[in-house]
Parts: sequence; structure tokens; C-alpha cells
Amino acid sequence: MKLPSYATPIEKFAYYATLAFTGLVLLFLISPILAIMPLSFNSEPYFSYPMPGLSLRWYEDFFSNERWMNAVKVSLLAAVLVTILSTILGTVAALGLARANLPFKPVILGVLISPMIVPVIITAVGIYLFYAQIGLIASIPGLVLAHTVLATPFVVVTVTSTLSGFDHSLSRAAAGLGATPFRVFTAIMLPIISPGVISGALFAFVTSFDELVVALFITSAEQRTLPKQMFAGIREQISPTITAAASILIVFSVALLVGIELLRRRTERLRGH
Amino acid sequence: MAHAEAVIHNARQLKFQLRTAERRGKLRALALVAPLFLFIVVSFVIPIVLMLKNAIYDPDISNNLPRTTSLLAAWDGSALPSEEVYAALAEDFRESEKAKTSALIGKRMNYEMSGIRSKIITSARKIKALTAAPYKDQIIAIDPIWSDLNVWTTIKRAGNPVTGFYLLNTVDLETKPDGHIGAVDPGRAVYLDILKRTMGISLIVTLATLVLGFPVAYVLANTPPRIANILMIFVLLPFWTSLLVRTTAWFVMLQDNGPINDLLLGSGLTSQPLPLIFSRFGTIVAMTHIQLPFTLLPIYSVMKTIPPTYMRAARSLGGGPVYSFLHVYLPQTLPGIGAGCLLTFILCLGYYITPALVGGPSDQMMSGIIAEAINRENNWGKACALGTVLLLATLTLYFVYNRLVGIDKVKLG
Repeated sequence: MKLPSYATPIEKFAYYATLAFTGLVLLFLISPILAIMPLSFNSEPYFSYPMPGLSLRWYEDFFSNERWMNAVKVSLLAAVLVTILSTILGTVAALGLARANLPFKPVILGVLISPMIVPVIITAVGIYLFYAQIGLIASIPGLVLAHTVLATPFVVVTVTSTLSGFDHSLSRAAAGLGATPFRVFTAIMLPIISPGVISGALFAFVTSFDELVVALFITSAEQRTLPKQMFAGIREQISPTITAAASILIVFSVALLVGIELLRRRTERLRGH
Repeated sequence: MAHAEAVIHNARQLKFQLRTAERRGKLRALALVAPLFLFIVVSFVIPIVLMLKNAIYDPDISNNLPRTTSLLAAWDGSALPSEEVYAALAEDFRESEKAKTSALIGKRMNYEMSGIRSKIITSARKIKALTAAPYKDQIIAIDPIWSDLNVWTTIKRAGNPVTGFYLLNTVDLETKPDGHIGAVDPGRAVYLDILKRTMGISLIVTLATLVLGFPVAYVLANTPPRIANILMIFVLLPFWTSLLVRTTAWFVMLQDNGPINDLLLGSGLTSQPLPLIFSRFGTIVAMTHIQLPFTLLPIYSVMKTIPPTYMRAARSLGGGPVYSFLHVYLPQTLPGIGAGCLLTFILCLGYYITPALVGGPSDQMMSGIIAEAINRENNWGKACALGTVLLLATLTLYFVYNRLVGIDKVKLG
């Protein structure tokens, strides 16, 4: 951003004011993350600066406490299963959506991504009522199915957008050369759209791993997920271990999402944008 | 002749083949979509329909007082019911005492007549002991509520499992004993306020994200990509961390002895810690922080497409800086502003975790009240009715969003 040579004093003022304001807003955006990570190394159980000393005691508590470790295990297990289920369901559906001859496309698309739009508390209440009737409350399969509902729309959206850049004459060429539809998919299509599929899978993983509201409703203490344990950690006893858990989650989700961003850039480069 | 016929025949056959191929293509596309479609219908649409059903369907009274309600169906409500009805009530309470459902009846009646719960539970216990007719006078002697016409009309009305009671309640209305619909008494009229509060907080947060986001989007869109990419990390990093983690961060930041109050006390701006946690202000700050990227990014992507020459042209044609900005630049950003603000407003309506952790009791929004209705009161009818209202509001706005922006334009990150 450059100031034009014909700038009036008002413009000069507005220019510097905008820059300063932008700086403050960016600071506002990053401050909670910057503030909470150092506090996780505080040697005293307070949330204030300056810290009297550094220690890893909250991390030690996180990794040695059975409740936290159990929660990590449940969350990882659920997230992996959700990723597998929703990536398969979502990718196959995206292949159908990408076909020009799909009838009722707007209605179908609307239904498929509706879990992304409906406030999650409504989904949670509905799923609780449904699970209570079919006996899936407080079970891992119930948790996985519910999270798959929430995660699949992300796979559909990412894979569909990757497919929009896919040159369908490639698969027609393969089919013309005698490849079966399955072979066309595995040998031609999948390698090209794989960045979209992988980033969809990562989104699905993060969606399940971070999800709290549905887990609060349909799981019991045995299937306590990591977000649920954090929520309890804040509500019941304000333990500084939550700062360690939050810091670990920040690093974890940022690593995953940097992966998504790199994949997205790769797709764009391949498309020649 | 024979040749022409063969041509016609071939053309027909070709048409037929084409149609079959088209149909096969359609079926194939549908077959690919079908597994997920069925999955979403079974594990998402059915639960939502169940929620909607629970908002208008409550069989607690008709299931637990079956004899009484079926007799009351023919009762005209002008005078106390006959001995026959009282006998049926005694029989129903004997059953409900056995099945331990008297408390359920009391709870349901209490929704419509506050304070009646314990009277019904006590009555049920005493009525169980009655052995011989006539019941009417004995039951009235147990508790005078049984000689109150309003109690009987309420049982009659609640005895119909299909009820508008919960939905009317969400807008602070109720069916009066005489059958008219009117406002509930002011002490219980809280739900319109909650609806207004939810809309109000969402509106303030939306405006705050616009005011904070617009200049940042402008700078990001008009800086060389090398610097813009670095600045973008500041926007995307919080966007990528989970909502719960960011709420946790704000929960820590806003504490009385947390970093913000440290800073304020240290700089001498205040002499006492400000009550930031569990306040409306804290809720709005945390929500604004979480929603800012959602408003900012659509505005940014629209600004990227505005050629800088337009502003230069406006200036060279004699427009002042303010005039050019207002009449040339701003109108072109409106699609981005509309999309970003609408998305943020829709998402704000459904907020639960952030107000629950950072807000006080008077800062809870619709979702929080729904969760409370279930966790504290075990009142599913109320929760589902409020859910219906929230769903309706969200879907209406989403319909507008879809018209303006398009579902398929939803971008992630």
C-alpha cells in the first residue's frame, strides 16, 4: 500500500490511521494465543504476568493425569474413525455432485451440507432424542456417527471445489482407451484430486477432534472427549492445566491446517492460477 | 424407399439409445450421491424432525392420566366434572403411583400453573389410599385445587398430546383458561427478551467485526503479496484454532487477575480490576475475536478484485478523497460486506460455548437457554420449541445468504 503523490492532508492522516488501526486489530487477533501459551509454562497456578518462574508442571499434569490421557485417547479414536467414514462418504458424493446430469442438484446439495448450517445445539438435541430411541447414547459408535454427520459437509465442499478444476476429458480419454470406471477413478481422477481429498480428510479430523456441544449431550463420563474434559476443567475447577491443553491443541490444529493450506496452494498451482 | 426407412429407423434407434444413455448417466450420478444422502437423512434429518415433533407433541398427561383425559374430552368446562371423572382420576393416580410417574404429571402441570407441582404429587399419594366411592368430595377434601375449574381445563387442554403450549411460550404467549391466547404474566415473560438479546448480541458482534475487519481487509488487499501473506497469518492463525481453545484463551485473559486487568492496573488506568469475565462486554469481545475472520475474509476477497485504477480515475476527475471513497470504492465492496456480515450474524445466532464460559447468567443466548432447559429443568418440550424458533431464524437468513452469495461459494480457509 502506497500513498499517492497527490494525497491531501486528510488522505495522509487516513492512511496512517488505517495502518495503525490495522496493526491494533492484528494484535487483537493474535493476543489471546500469544497470552495463553507462555502462561502454560507458569510455575504458579495463576493466570497473571509477570510469571514468578517457568516450569513444565501443567504439561506434566496433562500427560500424567489419567482423565486427560483418557480424553485424548477417546478423541483420537473418534476423530480417526470419523475421518475414514466421512472422507469415503463425502468423496463419493462429491463425484456424483460434479456430474452435469445429476437431477435435483440444488436440493441434494442443500441437504448434504445442511449440518454445517444448522446451529450445533439443535443438531445435538435432535441426535440425543434419536439416539435415546435406538440406544446409541453414551457409546463410541454413537459419537462417531454424530461427528461424521458434522464432518462430512466439509469433505463434500473441499472435494467438490477441487473437482470443479478437474478436466473431465481426461477421464473420457481413459474410458475411451478401455479403462473400467473404477480404473478411471483410481488411476486418473484420484491422483489429481488427492490434495482436495486429503484436505477434506484433515478438515473432518479437526471437526471431530474439536467438537464439544454434541459430545456434551450424547456421551457419558466414559467417552469424555478432550474438548469435554477442557470444558469441565474450566467450569468445575479452574486448573491451569487447561492452558497446557489449549497450547497443545493450538500447535496441533495449526500444524494440521498449515497442511491443508499447503495442499490448497498445490491444487491452485496445478490448476495454473 | 427401403433405404429411407432404414435411416428413419436408425435415427429413432439413436434417439432411443441416447435417452437410455442419459438415463443411465443420471442414475449413476444419483447412485454416487445416494449413500451420503441416505446417511444424512437418517442421522441428521430424522433427528431434526424429532426435535420439531417434540416442540408440538407432549403425551405426558395423556399417557399418565389416560382415563381422566378421555372422559374430559366430552366435558364442556362450564361446571366441575362429574363423579365419573373423579373416579377415573383416582384410578389414574393409583396407576401413576405404581408406575412412579406422578412427579412427571406434577412437572408437566407446573409448566402451565406454577406452584401446583407439589400439590399434585401430594394429592396423588393421598388419593391412592382412597378405597370407596364417591370420590368427588373426598378428592376435593384432599386439596382444594380439585375444585378449581382452571385445573380441570388445564388437564383437559394438556391431555391433548398435540400442543401449541411450548411454541406459544417461546414468544411469551399462553392459552388462557377461557381458550383465548394472551400474554403470560410479566414475571414469566422472559423468552422474547432472550430472542431480542440473541439478536442484539449478534448484531453488535457483526457490526464490531465489520468496523474492525474493513480497514484490515483494505490494507491486506492493497499491500504487496509478500507482506500481505505474512499479515494474513495473523488472521488465519486464530481462525484455525478451535473455538473452545480461543474461548479458553479469553476466559484466562478476562480474569480479574488475568493479563488484561494486569495491564490496566499496571498502567494506572484503573485502580481496581474491571469485572470483565462473566460480563456482556467480555462475551462480545470474545465473540468478535472469534467471528472477525469470517467477516474479514469475504470483504478481502472482494477488495482483491477492485482495480486500483478506479480510485485514481475518480480522483483525477475531481472527486475528493472522501467523496471518491464513498461513491466509488465503498459501493464495490458491498457484496463482500453483505456476505461477510450475514455469515457472521447467522453463526452468532447459534453461539453456545462462548457465552456459557465467558458470559454471566444474563448474557446467555438462545442456544444456552436451550441447553439450560434440558440440563437444569429436563424440559424437552421447551428446549425443542426454542430450537424450532432458532432453526427457523437461521434457515430464513440462510435462504437470504444463499440468494445473495450461493451455497456453493462457501469457502473454507
